Amino acid sequence: MGQHLARTGPNVTETVISCHGVSKIFGPDPGAHLARLKADPQTSSVGYVQAVRDVDLDIQRGEMLVVMGLSGSGKSTLVRCLSRLIDITGGTVTIEGQDIATLSETALIDLRRRKMGMVFQSFGLLPHRTVLDNVAFPLEMRGQDRSTRYARAREMLELVGLKGREAYFPRELSGGQQQRVGIARSLAIEPDIWFLDEPFSALDPLIRREMQDEFLRLKGLLNKTIIFITHDFDEALRLADRIAIMKDGRIEQCDTPDQIVLHPATEYVAKFTAEIDRARVVRAGSLARQLSGAAEGEAVAATRTIRDLARLLVADRREVIPIADREGKIIGGMNRQVALDVLLGEAT
Amino acid sequence: MTSPAARGIGMAGLLFALALCLALGKLILPEGLIRPPEWLMQPFADWINAAFYFLQNDLGLMSLTRAFSDVVEWLLDVTANLLYGKSRWPNIGPIPWIVIAITAFMAGYALKGWRLAALSGGTFVWIALMGQWKWAMETLSVIVVAAPFSVFLGLLMGVLAWRSPKFERVLNPILNIAQSLPHFAYMIPVVVFIGVGPKAGAIVTIIFSVPPMIRMTLLGLKKVPEEVIEAGKMAGSTRWQLLTRVRIPTARSEILIGVNQVIMQCLAMVVLASFIGMPGLGQKLLQLLQSLKIGLSVEIGVTIVLLAVTLDRLSKAWALRLPEHGAPSAQWLQRNRLLVVWIALCAAGFVLAQLAPYLHEVERKQALSVAGPIDAAMDQVIRIIAPVTAWLRWFLITWVLIPMRDAYLWLPFTAVLALLAAIGWAVGGMRSALICLAYFGLIAMSGWWDRAMITVYMVSISVLIAALIGLPVGIWAARNPTRAARILLTCDTAQTFPSFIYLIPVIMLFGVNDVAVVAAVVVFAAVPIVRYTIEGLCNVPPELVEAAEMSGANRRQTLWHVQLPLALPTMLVGANQSVMFSLFMVIIAAFIGTQDLGQEMQRALSSTDVGKGLVLGFAVAFMGLMTDHLISRWSDDRKRALGV
Ligand SMILES: Nc1ncnc2c1ncn2[C@@H]1O[C@H](COP(=O)(O)OP(=O)(O)OP(=O)(O)O)[C@@H](O)[C@H]1O
Ligand SMILES: [Mg+2]
Repeated sequence: MGQHLARTGPNVTETVISCHGVSKIFGPDPGAHLARLKADPQTSSVGYVQAVRDVDLDIQRGEMLVVMGLSGSGKSTLVRCLSRLIDITGGTVTIEGQDIATLSETALIDLRRRKMGMVFQSFGLLPHRTVLDNVAFPLEMRGQDRSTRYARAREMLELVGLKGREAYFPRELSGGQQQRVGIARSLAIEPDIWFLDEPFSALDPLIRREMQDEFLRLKGLLNKTIIFITHDFDEALRLADRIAIMKDGRIEQCDTPDQIVLHPATEYVAKFTAEIDRARVVRAGSLARQLSGAAEGEAVAATRTIRDLARLLVADRREVIPIADREGKIIGGMNRQVALDVLLGEAT
Repeated sequence: MTSPAARGIGMAGLLFALALCLALGKLILPEGLIRPPEWLMQPFADWINAAFYFLQNDLGLMSLTRAFSDVVEWLLDVTANLLYGKSRWPNIGPIPWIVIAITAFMAGYALKGWRLAALSGGTFVWIALMGQWKWAMETLSVIVVAAPFSVFLGLLMGVLAWRSPKFERVLNPILNIAQSLPHFAYMIPVVVFIGVGPKAGAIVTIIFSVPPMIRMTLLGLKKVPEEVIEAGKMAGSTRWQLLTRVRIPTARSEILIGVNQVIMQCLAMVVLASFIGMPGLGQKLLQLLQSLKIGLSVEIGVTIVLLAVTLDRLSKAWALRLPEHGAPSAQWLQRNRLLVVWIALCAAGFVLAQLAPYLHEVERKQALSVAGPIDAAMDQVIRIIAPVTAWLRWFLITWVLIPMRDAYLWLPFTAVLALLAAIGWAVGGMRSALICLAYFGLIAMSGWWDRAMITVYMVSISVLIAALIGLPVGIWAARNPTRAARILLTCDTAQTFPSFIYLIPVIMLFGVNDVAVVAAVVVFAAVPIVRYTIEGLCNVPPELVEAAEMSGANRRQTLWHVQLPLALPTMLVGANQSVMFSLFMVIIAAFIGTQDLGQEMQRALSSTDVGKGLVLGFAVAFMGLMTDHLISRWSDDRKRALGV
C-alpha cells in the first residue's frame, strides 16, 4: 500500500467509486435468481449468465485501476454497472458518496454530463454524424454553442492524429481511426471519472504509446480517476496503480502490480501472471528487508524496477544493497541474490 | 410410444379421412352439414354498422374526421394549385412542366447519377409530351400530401410501439390484419365518413400506407446497436435527445425503406382510389379499360409504370445512400453546387416557359399519341393469335375453370373445414388446426360461404398455375448468376407496378371474363415465386453443392436432394406472398366481372354499406392470415430442421 501512496501523491485517500457486493445476472428473472443463489449457492444457473458476482471495490480519486481478465470474464459488464448503463441485480455502487441506483433520471444525466466519460470497446460512434460531430456530441448535450464545441473537437482530433478527417463519416475510417474518434470524443469533455473499455485495442504500437502517455499526463495533471480495461499486460504495467484480475465475474485479486506478481492471491492469478517478466514489475522497495548492520555503499531508489537495476545487480559485489525512499532515507536492504533470482528466474 | 410428430400425422390423417367421408357421403348428409345453416350465421354486418353508427353520431368522431379531412383538403388544394393550376390559394400555379421535369432530373442526379436522372427526368418529359400532365399531377398531388402524413403517423406509432411493448402487442395483430385487408375494404368506411372525391382518396391512401412505415420504424429502432445508445447515454443525453439524435438517425436506412414502401403503397392506392371518385391516372385508366380502348390505356399504363419505377428508384436511392464526406474546407458554393445548378436551371425553365407556352403546358391537340399505332399493331397481333387465345379461353373455361369452380361449390362446408383442420394439424398440431378452423368457421358464419369459395377457387387455381410457371423459370434463372441478377431486377421492377396495371395486357388478350382475371392474377402471383426461388437457390451454400457433386450426384439429383430442400424455406416466403398478392388481385379484378367476394365488395362500395364491406374484407383477410400462418409455421419448422 505504501508503494501505491508513494506513486500517486498525497491527497488520494478520498474514495470516488465504491462497490459493495455488486452482482449482475442476465436472464429472465435476475432478481429471483440472485435470491435463490444466496439461499443455496449450488442452484443450477441454466438460462442465466452471472456476468458479475459479488464485487467489492474501492477506487480512490486520481487512481488508475486496470481491469484484466479473459474474454467473457465480465469486465465490460462491471464497468457498465459502475456507470449505471445497466442496472445491477444486487449490491450497491456509490459514486462520491451517492448511491447511483437511487439517482433520478435527471440527476443521473447531470452526473454523466458533469463527471463521466467512456470509451467503448466497439467504439459506439454515431454512424450518421461526421467525425467532427461525433466528437462534439457530448459537448452538444452539455449545451455548448456551436463554435466553441467545434473548436474543442478540432483540437481533440488533432491530438489523436485525425486532423484533416473532420468531415469523414465513421464508416469511411479504419478500425484504429474509429477508435481514435471514440477516444477524442471522451477526451473532449475531460471527465473526472473515466471508463475506458479496451480503448487502444485497435491502435498500432506507436499511436498506442502516444495515447498512453496522453492519458498518464491528464491523470497526473488533473487528478482523474480512470478505470481501464485491457488485455495487454505491458499496457497494464505502464499505466496501473492497481490491477484487478477478474474470472467468471469475480475479482480474484485487486492489488498493485508487484504484489500481484510476487504474491498472487489464487492459483488462477498465478497462472494468469506466469508469463510476465517479473523483473519489469517488481520494484526494489518491495524486496527491502530490515537491515541487520549498517548500510554499505550507495543506496538505490525504492521505485526502480529490478530490470532497471539489472546492470548494477550483475556488476555489484555487495551481499545486501541498501534501498532509499524518495527523501533519500534508507528504508532497508535488498538481498542481491533474491533480486538476481527475480531478474533471471529462479534456479531449478 | 409414438413420437408426437407421428401422432400429429395420425390425427391429421383421421381428419383428412373425415373430410373425405363428408365429401363422398354428400348425398346422404343432412342439409345442415352441406351449406352453413341459417342458425350459424351471425349478423356481423349489422353489428359493425351499429358500431360505426355509434362512432359516427354518438362519439362525435364525425367532427374529428371532418376536421382532419379539412386539413388534408386544404393541403390538397395547395398542391393542386401548384401542380396543375386548380384555382385555389396560393393561386400561383401551375408550375411549368419543364421546371418539374428539371427538378426530377436533378433529384435523380443528386441521388444516384446520370442514369437515374435520365429515368426520372425522362418520365416527366414523357408525361408532358403525351398530354397526360393534368391526370398525372392529379395523382401526384395526392401522393405529395398523403405520403408525408403516412410517414409521420407511421413514425409516431412506430416509436410508441417501441416505447411500450404492451402497445406493440396490441398493434401487431392489428397490423397483420390491416396488411391483409384488400384495398376496397379501406375505402368503404372512408366513404362513409368523408364521402367520395380526392379528399377521401387522399385519406384512404394515408390509412392504407401507414402499416409498413410502423413496421420499418419499429424494426429500425430495435436494430440500433446497444453501444451506440450507450455512447449517447454517457454523453448525458435525455430520453428525447437520445431518441431524436441517436436512435432515429441511426435507424435512418430502415426508416427510409419505410418511406419508400409508403410511397409505393400510396401510388398503388391512389390509382385504385379512382373507384371512389379520385380523379387522375387511375380514373382515366379505369374509364379506358371499361370502354376497351386498348391503345390509350397502354399509354396510361406506361405512364403509371414509369412513375412507379421512378418513385421507387428515387426513394430507394435515398434510403440506400450512405453518407460520404465532402471536401473539408470547400466554399459554400462548392458544397452546394447541385443546389445552385438546380435553382439556375429552374429559373431558366420559368423564363423559357414564358417565352414558349409549349414548355409551360402541352395542349391536348399538341400532344403526341402512340395509341393509333398500338391499336393497329394490337389488331394485327390479335388477329394472328385470336385462334389460340380463343381456344385457350374455351379450353380453360369449359375444362378447368368451370369444373373446378363447381367442385369447390359442391364441397360440403363441413368437408372443407375438416380438410383445413387436417392440413393445420399436419403442419402445426392442434393449435394450427384450431386457427384454421376459427378463420374459416368465421367465414362460414358470415353468410358469404359460396362467394368465399369462388375466391378460394380463383386464388388456388391462379397460384397453382403461377407456381407451374414460376418454379421452372426460377430454377432456370438460378443456374447462371448474371441471368439470375437480371431476372431478379425484372421481378423487383414488376413488383413496384400498381396491381391495376396487370389488367391491361390480359384484357387486351382475353377480353373481359374469368380467364382474364386468372391470367392477371397468375402473372402477378408468379413474380414473387420466381423471385424467391432464385433467392433461395442462389443462397444455398456452394460447399454443399460441391459436396453433392463430389459424391457423384448429377445435376438433377443435386437439385432435388440438396438445393431445393435447402431453398424451401425461402421459397415458402415467396409462396406466401404469392397467395397474398393473388387475393388482392382477385378482389381488384372483380370489376371485370367475377362472382366472388370482390364483386360483392364493389357493390358494398357503391351502396356505402360499411358492415357488409368490412365483413367481406375480413373474410379475405382471414384467408390470407390462415395461409400466412400455415406457410410460416411450415417454413419455420423446415428452417429449424435444417438448422439455419
Ligand atoms: N446484454 C447481455 N445479455 C446477456 N448476457 C450478456 C450480456 N452482456 C454480457 N453478457 C454475458 O456476460 C458475460 C460477460 O461479458 P462481458 O462483455 O462483460 O465480458 P468481457 O470481460 O468484457 O469480455 P471481452 O474481453 O471479450 O470484452 C459474458 O458471458 C456475456 O455473454
Ligand atoms: Mg468487453
